[in-house]
Parts: sequence; structure tokens; C-alpha cells
Amino acid sequence: MSASPSALGDVTPQRMAFEQPLPLQSGAQLPPYELMFETYGTLNAERSNAVLVCHALNASHHAAGTHAGDPKSVGWWDNLIGPGKPLDTRRFFVLCVNNPGSCFGSTGPMSLDPATGQPWGSRFPVVTVEDWVDAQARLLDRLGIARLAAVIGGSLGGMQALSWTLRHPERVAHCAAIATAPSLSAQNIAFNEVARRAIITDPDFHGGDFYAHGVVPKQGLAVARMIGHITYLSDDAMGAKFGRALRNGVLGYGFGVDFEIESYLRYQGDKFSGYFDANAYLLITRALDYFDPARASGGDLAQGLAAARARFLLVSFTTDWRFSPQRSREIVQALVTNRRAVTYAEVDAPQGHDAFLMDHPHYHGVVRAWFDRIAQELEAQENAGPPQVFLPPSGGGLGEAQTWGQS
Amino acid sequence: MTTPLSVIADLVPHGSRVLDLGCGDGRMLAHLRDTRGCTGLGVEIDPEKLIAAAGKGVDVLQYDLEQGLSMFGDRSFDVVLQIDSLPNIRHTENALRETARVGRLGILSFANFAHWSIRLQILTGRLPVTPELPYEWYNTPNLRVATYADFERLAAHCGLRVVDAFGVRNGRRISFAPGLLASEAVFCVQGV
Repeated sequence: MSASPSALGDVTPQRMAFEQPLPLQSGAQLPPYELMFETYGTLNAERSNAVLVCHALNASHHAAGTHAGDPKSVGWWDNLIGPGKPLDTRRFFVLCVNNPGSCFGSTGPMSLDPATGQPWGSRFPVVTVEDWVDAQARLLDRLGIARLAAVIGGSLGGMQALSWTLRHPERVAHCAAIATAPSLSAQNIAFNEVARRAIITDPDFHGGDFYAHGVVPKQGLAVARMIGHITYLSDDAMGAKFGRALRNGVLGYGFGVDFEIESYLRYQGDKFSGYFDANAYLLITRALDYFDPARASGGDLAQGLAAARARFLLVSFTTDWRFSPQRSREIVQALVTNRRAVTYAEVDAPQGHDAFLMDHPHYHGVVRAWFDRIAQELEAQENAGPPQVFLPPSGGGLGEAQTWGQS
Repeated sequence: MTTPLSVIADLVPHGSRVLDLGCGDGRMLAHLRDTRGCTGLGVEIDPEKLIAAAGKGVDVLQYDLEQGLSMFGDRSFDVVLQIDSLPNIRHTENALRETARVGRLGILSFANFAHWSIRLQILTGRLPVTPELPYEWYNTPNLRVATYADFERLAAHCGLRVVDAFGVRNGRRISFAPGLLASEAVFCVQGV
């Protein structure tokens, strides 16, 4: 028996290598690359029950379950994904892919550039939400999954989910975009820029090629994380948790840690800078900045979302000021204008942006009811006889799926 | 007894795109989808009802109707329903005008406060408690009450055309003396 605190138990990450370069939005391409991913549940015979989970800025492919021998390694969305959970792995085959450019095993700036044999560092190409979606789509091709029952993501993951419905509308039946936005506001970009400047101006950054110097721009990365962390919490949540409480009960009359909130932020920053890659942080915040499906239509979001065919679930949280309910309502309005099916929940939760990672009865209740309905429809299709067959756009099939984990 | 689903549903053309304001648990939209091939969308502020609607496969937006319907385009729905929701809205006049703007047809129903049983109860000196208005005066969610005749006047005031109007008694449509005999009133209106 596993001592895992997760209902899903231990899970094993997988690795898949891609020989074909990935064309990028920038015009550059990513040469042969690898992706890390995890799956939970079982793909049904019709291959119709797959749900893709898209991760946010600092998360990975490890969305649920634990890694063997480490009960603390619970996946970042374990409260949502698992047997009996709102996204029920007894009914759905759930998968989550670490995006290229990130730093959890998929090809990223820490990986070796095949052209030089050195870490990519500053030369790693700028990747976008659309590039990630294309990379995920190729992985699905290889697994023989032509069409997703659903795609779901929160925050930056929600942007990927939205992008899926635009780049591959025929491959997505349902889309759940949680605590997300159709694009970053100027204020959002401003926070990202401060974070990037903190990293880039760290003397240990070395223009992005710090690996060769045996150092890490820890200070800059920690400050970046501190800024980010502030924006993920609501004023009320921070006030309730820390207030003006003092670390040592007295004022220090200096610039050390006086307040509990300072201690907390420093701790979060230091912890983060110990495992996250500075170049990945730059790349991923840039992908956030660039995402804007209304850009090509001069800011007309309804036109920008016209290609979408999926049924949508949008969820926002009342105290989220990083991705406010107003931004979700913009998406809702655009979808309604396009006569798309959309359910929208505005959850009264106190935690701010981070609420999308919490277990809130109203939030999880809506997600559960929405996925239950999808599961019922899938079961009805199965009982109705041979399912409609969707062929993958290229290659794919079981044969190639056998090559998971090579390299 | 409140107005049965079928009495309202009979007024909705087959295949209509329907907006149900204050849709509750989505039963009307599910009924219209299953029996009349309608598509649609509900608006509801109560999260528990939203979850119930999602479980029926009915799409609902969690909005406060007091914020208005500005997100919906003119004539963007074939039918807009306001079943027992009008008395709960503060800005009644605006809500009615917006219903007629967004829908080609607006269908509204509400408890008729001029029903004879209510008139009798008021004669006793107490505010009425009826199956359609099952609340005491101190705990009712209704901000206001209206009568069949009152609504006719409001519709005219808003410049709306009443294309159909009738009362409901014991779950059935009645046309004779609805102001006195109907426990619920149903109006179909159109903008001009």
C-alpha cells in the first residue's frame, strides 16, 4: 500500500521525444525536443474520454497524485483530479504536459542546444501560448487522441485552453477556462516586466548564460517571485493571514524582517529561486504578455474567438484582481455574441487569484456538474454504437505510442 | 400552484434561441431543449441553482440581473423569458425594456396580486400568503407585487406591444376575467 496522501496514489512521469522541429509563432523553430507528461485514468476504447490539463506559470506536468517515496509531492491540482474528484479519473483519461521552455524536464533553456552542446540559456527561442498548444497537439497525435473530450486550465493554463479552441477547434469538444483573461492588462504586463528586470539585472544572470558560470540569479528570481506572489493573493487574504503581525514582537528600526508578511514573502522567494529556472521565468511571462486572440481583429474579441466550436465553462473569483471577473466576462460576452454555449460562474472566494487552486464548494461543484454532464454524454455515445471516428491530422496511432519514455 | 412549464413552453416557437432571466435550476431551458428543440442560455445569481443547471447540461451565466443586459445584443435571442423574476428586480421598467430589446419576443409571468383570494385576504387586514406568493410580508424576496391590470399599463408605458396575455388558474390558461380569477399572469410582449 502506498502512503500517498493523494486519492490517485503514486504516478509516474513519462517522457516523449519529437524528432520533427516545432515551428514557432516567432518564425523560429524548436529543433528536436522532448516533453514530460503525466496521465491519470484510462483511455477508453473509442479514445474519446481524454481531458487535457494545461499548467500555469510555475507549475508542471505533475498535476495530480504523488511521486513514489515522496508523500509531499502532491500534484498542483490534486484536489480537482482523481477518482471521485470533480475531474473524475474513473471516467476520464486526464493528461498534463510540461510546456517547452519550462524547467521541469521538457526541453527548455536549461537543456542542451544540440547545435552547440551547451545549455540553451539566452538562445532558447521565445515560445507562445500557441506554440505550447501545438506542442501538446503533437503529443496527442502520438497517443492516438484525435479529439479531446475537454481541455481545462487555470490562469495561463486557461489561456492555453482557450487557444486550443481556436487553433484546433475540431479537436476540442469542451473547454474550461478558469481564473483567466483574454489577454493581459497593462498592469499585468507591468508586473511581469518588473519581475523580468529583477532577474535580468541580477549580476549572476550573465545575460541568460549563467549556467556556464556555475551560478544562478537567485536574488532576482526571488524578487520576481515575491512580486508575483503578492498579485496572486487578495488584500483581504493577506490581511487575514498576516495583518501587521511582527516577526519578533518588536520593531527592529532597520530593514531586516520586521513583519510576518516580509518573512513569508522572503521565504516564498527563496524557495522558488531554489527550483525554478530564471530563463524559464522570462520566457513564460513573455508568453503571458503576448497572448491576445483579439490582436489580429483589432481588439474585437468576438471576432478573435469566432473559430471556437467548443462548449465553454468560464470560472472567475470575486477577489482575483490579477485576472479579475471582468476579464472573464469579456470572454463570456464574446462567446455569447458568437452564439457559443457557455456556462459562467463567478465564485465568491476570498483568496484572490490563488482561489483557482483551492477546494471551494461552489467552484468545484460547478466543475463537477459540468464534467459529469460530459461523462454522461460520452456514455450515451458509447451505448449508441460505433463512435464517430476522427483521424489524427498526422501520423499517430498505437505504434508510436509504444515509444513513450524513449531517450 | 405556479404556472406549469408546459403553459409557458407552448408559447415558445420550436427551435428558438432562448434567454431565461432568473432561470433557477434550468428546468425550463432543459424542458424547452428536450421537447421543442430550443437552444439557450440562462442567467441566475444563486450558485447552488447554477450547479443544478450545469448538471442538466443547461448553460447559465452567473450574473446579477440588476446589472442589466448590456452584454446581450439587440434581438440576439428569439425569446427572452422572465418567469417570476420581474418582481425581484429593482429596476422593473428598465428590465422590461431590456427584455424587449434583447428578445424578438418577451414572455413574462408573475403572481397576479388582484386574484380574488388575495383581495379577500387583504380584507381581513393581513397581507396575503398564497401558493404563488408563499411568503410573509417580512421575508418575501419580492421587491414589489403587480396585478394583471398593472402590467398592461406598464407595458403600454414602455411602448411595448402586448401580443398575447392571459391568466393561469389551477395550472390552466384562462381568458375570462383574468384580473380577478387568475392566480398568475402571463404576458407576451414585443418592442415596437
